[in-house]
Amino acid sequence: MKLTLKVWRQKNSKEKGKIESYDIDKISPDMSFLEMMDVLNEKLTIEGLDPVAFDHDCREGICGSCSMFINGEAHGPDRLVTTCQLHMRKFNDGETIYIEPFRAKTFPVIKDLVVDRSSFDRIQHAGGFISVNTSGNTQDANSIPIEKQKADNAFDAATCIGCGACVATCKNSSAMLFVSAKVSQYALLPQGKIEATDRVLNMVKQMDDEGFGNCTNTGACEVECPKGISLENIARLNREFIKAKIKS
Amino acid sequence: MSKVIESSILRKVSMALSGIFLIIFLLQHFIINISSVFSEATFNQLSHFMGTNFIVQFIAQPILILGVLFHFIMGFVLNFQNRNARVEKYVKYKGSANASWISRNMIITGAVVLSFLGLHFYDFWIPEINHKYIEFLPEDPNRYYTELTHKFEDLIKVILYTISFGFLSLHLLHGFSSSFQSLGVNNKFTSTIKLIGKIYAIGIPFGFCFIAIFHYLNN
Repeated sequence: MKLTLKVWRQKNSKEKGKIESYDIDKISPDMSFLEMMDVLNEKLTIEGLDPVAFDHDCREGICGSCSMFINGEAHGPDRLVTTCQLHMRKFNDGETIYIEPFRAKTFPVIKDLVVDRSSFDRIQHAGGFISVNTSGNTQDANSIPIEKQKADNAFDAATCIGCGACVATCKNSSAMLFVSAKVSQYALLPQGKIEATDRVLNMVKQMDDEGFGNCTNTGACEVECPKGISLENIARLNREFIKAKIKS
Repeated sequence: MSKVIESSILRKVSMALSGIFLIIFLLQHFIINISSVFSEATFNQLSHFMGTNFIVQFIAQPILILGVLFHFIMGFVLNFQNRNARVEKYVKYKGSANASWISRNMIITGAVVLSFLGLHFYDFWIPEINHKYIEFLPEDPNRYYTELTHKFEDLIKVILYTISFGFLSLHLLHGFSSSFQSLGVNNKFTSTIKLIGKIYAIGIPFGFCFIAIFHYLNN
């Protein structure tokens, strides 16, 4: 395949970035998108140019590191995949592909396509955990009977890898889907109920303090989420928050 | 206003509640107006009651005006905040790939509805306030039907009303079900809520258009 890549290049968070055009050929349709980026970087290195910086780690859709906005969509045109799981067969020979970083005020660009998503970490620190007594008397979680449907829903919410596609794709840069998944995975389980009030209040406060936008229920986040996190979680977050506000 | 309601979820809930309040008001407004198509006397009777009842005039009406103002001001404030949440825009952004035009452009449809409300207030509300509370003209219980039909003698006005109701329909197509999602309702009733929302969002504005066109043609 022969492609024209329009890649966002930015030296650091302070300097202004711009789109640069690169022609690339001999791309196999069976390559992953990141492998294609590797080929581009090899070419740039040979030519003595600065390779394109991009985040990646597991390359199997688990870590949530790869964060590219491809042809106007988070993680590209395929559904339920991360950028590393996207294959070049999804594109046509001769196509022009726009590659940009995930954009939000809360995700400042570090370099090229690498963004700082530590705002997600700070939200998680604010309450995305359960406090377990490790004295040795803690009941084994597997011995607590949990309704199948609730266990499944909690597991579905827990599959969120925190990649930030929800924020990147939302026209408002809202992090509501991420926060709702993190709140839901605990709210549905007995272990998470004890700290439920503080958790939801603290995590939502942190989300607001970071400067994410407001959710307007467009549903774009659900469509672009590589793990298929449902809008039901946002409704649950709203319920949990209203309950917590009344209680507190 | 966003400072008063600190949390983004509370802002969302307040938008939903004010939206549902306006949806209920619109239904009541429609029921009264559609009576004008069937019976002049019933329309006059209902309008006279609404126009002279103390609770409607001095409790419900101010609450309604506050509800309308809150919904619009909060809508614009949220839109401003949301725009600021992404400083650098995408070079290529395919919004239509994952969300409907309606859900992404509530501010546009809302702004058109707001402009229409200006026209509607100028047509009906201001003359009504002038009649009752400024000039203190004697109350005629049979004046309402004639005043209504007189307003729809102008074709331009009928066209403006029809276009505005089209935008209201678009606004409601997303707003109705979105309000319930904001209140945390996403369960086995969601598909029913969405269906009712679609029927309401198409039916009520279409009904208002019908009333305007009916009186224009009748004149």
